[in-house]
Amino acid sequence: MGKHHLTATVNGDEVEFLCETEETLLDVLRDTLHLTGSKEGCASGDCGACSVMLDGRLVCACLVLGCEVGGRRIETIEGMARGEMLHPLQQKFLDHAALQCGICTPGFLVAAKALLETHADPTETEVRYWLAGNLCRCTGYDKIVTAVMDAAAEMRKG
Amino acid sequence: MARVVLVGNLAQLAGAVAEVDLPATSVKHLFELLSERHPALTRHLEEGVAVAIDGQIYQDALLEPIGPDSEVFVLPQIAGG
Amino acid sequence: MTMADTMTAPHGSSRTYVGTRTIRPDGVDKVTGRARFGADFNLAGQLVGRVLRSPHAHARILSIDVSRAAALPGVKAIVTRDDFPDQSSEFVPAGEMMMNYRDVVRNVMAREKALYEGHAVAAVAATSAAIARRALKLIEVRYEVLPHVIDVVEAMRPDAPLLHDDLYTAGVEPRPEKPSNVAKRIEIAQGDIEAGFHKAEVIIEREFRTAPVHQGYIEPHAALASVSEDGSAELWCSTQGHFIVRAHCARLLGMDIARIRVTASEIGGGFGGKTVVYLEPLAIALSKKANRPVKMVMSREEVFKSSGPTSGATVRVKLGATRDGRFTAAFAELKYQAGAFQGSPVQPGVMCAFAPYDIEHVKVIGYDVVSNRPKVAAYRAPGAPISEYAVESVVDELAKTLDIDPIDLRMQNAAREGTKAAYGPKFGPIGFEETLNAIKKTEHWNAPLRKWQGRGVASGFWFNIGGETCVSLTVNEDGTVSLVAGTPDIGGLRASLAMVAADELGVPYEKVRPIIGDTGSVGFNFLTGGSRSAFSGAMAVVEAAKQIKSDLCARAAKLWDVKLDEVEFERGHVKPLGAAADKVEPMSVADFAKVAGKTGGPIGGNGRINAQGAGPGFGTHLVDLEVDPETGRVTILRYTVAQDAGRAIHPSYVEGQMQGGAVQGIGWALNEEYVYGTDGKLQNAGFLDYRMPVASDVPMIDAIVVEVPNPRHPYGVRGVGEVPIVPPLGAVANAMEQATGIRFTELPMSPPRVLQALKERGLHKV
Repeated sequence: MGKHHLTATVNGDEVEFLCETEETLLDVLRDTLHLTGSKEGCASGDCGACSVMLDGRLVCACLVLGCEVGGRRIETIEGMARGEMLHPLQQKFLDHAALQCGICTPGFLVAAKALLETHADPTETEVRYWLAGNLCRCTGYDKIVTAVMDAAAEMRKG
Repeated sequence: MARVVLVGNLAQLAGAVAEVDLPATSVKHLFELLSERHPALTRHLEEGVAVAIDGQIYQDALLEPIGPDSEVFVLPQIAGG
Repeated sequence: MTMADTMTAPHGSSRTYVGTRTIRPDGVDKVTGRARFGADFNLAGQLVGRVLRSPHAHARILSIDVSRAAALPGVKAIVTRDDFPDQSSEFVPAGEMMMNYRDVVRNVMAREKALYEGHAVAAVAATSAAIARRALKLIEVRYEVLPHVIDVVEAMRPDAPLLHDDLYTAGVEPRPEKPSNVAKRIEIAQGDIEAGFHKAEVIIEREFRTAPVHQGYIEPHAALASVSEDGSAELWCSTQGHFIVRAHCARLLGMDIARIRVTASEIGGGFGGKTVVYLEPLAIALSKKANRPVKMVMSREEVFKSSGPTSGATVRVKLGATRDGRFTAAFAELKYQAGAFQGSPVQPGVMCAFAPYDIEHVKVIGYDVVSNRPKVAAYRAPGAPISEYAVESVVDELAKTLDIDPIDLRMQNAAREGTKAAYGPKFGPIGFEETLNAIKKTEHWNAPLRKWQGRGVASGFWFNIGGETCVSLTVNEDGTVSLVAGTPDIGGLRASLAMVAADELGVPYEKVRPIIGDTGSVGFNFLTGGSRSAFSGAMAVVEAAKQIKSDLCARAAKLWDVKLDEVEFERGHVKPLGAAADKVEPMSVADFAKVAGKTGGPIGGNGRINAQGAGPGFGTHLVDLEVDPETGRVTILRYTVAQDAGRAIHPSYVEGQMQGGAVQGIGWALNEEYVYGTDGKLQNAGFLDYRMPVASDVPMIDAIVVEVPNPRHPYGVRGVGEVPIVPPLGAVANAMEQATGIRFTELPMSPPRVLQALKERGLHKV
């Protein structure tokens, strides 16, 4: 039983890797591609710390197998900033102190970005329910929601 | 003489004596005097107690001075999480 | 008057940054995924370490045979109890704490018995995770399964299964003849409790029950150890206290402290649960045997089963008052689970129970009880949320009985400056009343409520601590400042310390770069906990800055050929005074930096202190909630926190502590609990069924920062991290009572329990 050989696009770059059958996309990202920005909090899809985009869809990387992503497009937290330019969400998280320990932050940013790409003007309730798949234990969510809504407002200004 | 109050189980270990006057001049000196009178206290004094001198709490402060009219409480050490 | 004008600050401070909302210096790395947490480190050639854990809640370990595992290709090292020397049963200093290492070594690796499901029995290091997993399956452990006990009251019964046959209850006279699961009985008392209750015209007595809950940090424990052939070890780990980790590992493995260099990674939450060691000694031991680095990361299931959830408890409270609302007597009896080894937070639980109140006659008894569940670790204000939940519930019931407003009743009996605390000393200046007033003044307090909605208020107290702290400040050649602290930054510390350093030295905030140094780079620091890191760190920064300022004044005096009392440091400059002022220009810190070498050498200061003077913290929380009588679900509608921070160095991070603690408390009150089967195994060891609050469960948390400066701190700071988890349990329970008419005395008030209670009273809607 050998490893599988796959190519995929990660944050715009073509990558080539080997993975075991049982390895998840999260394992591949962190251990093979050395992209440790996506975090493992539970490995069962309950905490959202491993949130990534797969062909434009928000998924938990721990619930996707490495073997499933051949030829597909993956976007992680590492691809969110453009060079030195932070995405408005990243900047607003800093401005509003929407992170304390920061372990959940990559997952929240990826998930929030997915929200704002399809809902440019979400209500507070919509933000909270969209992000209900991302656990945070430090902030109580208040400043995270504030930051997301402020980023949405800024992005609507164009 | 400083008025020294032992809080909680420390009083028990001192033979149910909760309050005593002692001529202690520092926390270190206080512990020595207490250990002399009540050997059962020694281990606990070493294990970790907090000392409140005239309302100010000190932890691990052997060299802190105690005045002649001070009110001193010896209580269990406080940690946190 | 601006905040800066009224702000407490050392003489000469620039008063520019403290109290403002700067961007944290470590923030960019955290929003881009660059920051390295415990599991983000890797070394070439590293092995994967995994732990074999007991499937039984209580069992004698008859034998452990690792031979088949050792023969598996790819397995490079295995450790068991045989690899950890036994430790004597005595309390020895570990950093600042006193630890009973006989218990610590047994928790890290089981010896005679497995004492809880998940107790570590062996560990392997292999070239891949798959091989490590297979190796664990090949380890043969023979267990003699024993009856187990988990519930605290059950564990106290004389016929309960015994965990330790050498545990005799301390604190009772005469010493018991037989061992038991009751490790300790403690008591505090003042006045005459009988006389106090005699004077009471109304007495409320209730018994409460809480379940074990977990700190719930999102980042599992992780450690990477690399041991050289000469026995020196490097360790990267996610921890609240890398100096404590160093001390524990040195002791458990018989190593010199200086031979272990621990780097604290960024930490993804701790809340007290990462103040002890689990994987670290195992990783070092495995690396030493394998001669290769070993990386170990807990799974989420292991975190729930094998780290340190807090106590489940039973608490009885009896409170007496006169008809006009004056408390005359207060009694409580606390029984706390310690887990497999003694050491629950029943002591602080006892001391905090009635601490917010001025009561003449008080007696609180506490029992520390072992049982077959993981050893308790600290959880944010350890012990206090449990006892104060019970007390705040009874205070609320008393207010209803006496028909007195619940805030007024607390105000009437509030501890103030000069009040003798139930646990001993008199309070200095404190802000309890201010938090009550702040809540009373909110629009929230008077907003209308509908049927099935309720409003609850509760207060809370925590001591806060100081402790050993070292911070070094170095002025670099270009005038920038490097700051090295030694307390892991859990949520904004680096920003706060940089702000204090910037104000003390009068340099721009952006020119101060703070890092958390490893154990080889900075002097001993007690761990991050006890709400101490900003409090103590700021004090150490002030001390380090003082040394620099004094040094610069001395250099200036020599350069300008004036006397030392003719120069003064103010707002970032050494200024000439008096006659000298006409002859020379002030010099900035950056000016001195340029000539540092020529005027004596590099410029720096070291604050090395055992910070004393931590000011006690008080908070009052107000919550509105709505109960769905059909499902038992509770929705938090509105939440306000008022807390005395002394002085908020960075208001956003102070608010963040208040909001985060409040939501942890909401989870504790409404949903979180450890569910054990009759087999002693944990049934909900994952985030799906261990239900912590998500964003859709809570509203915005309004945070009112009250400031009654702590006179013992140069900036007036009080610790803020722990107080906010204390009031929510009582506040939510009190709101439930108003919403349903039912006094819930068991937590969590989860939908099944709420439904059951509603059904019993014919209130359930179908």
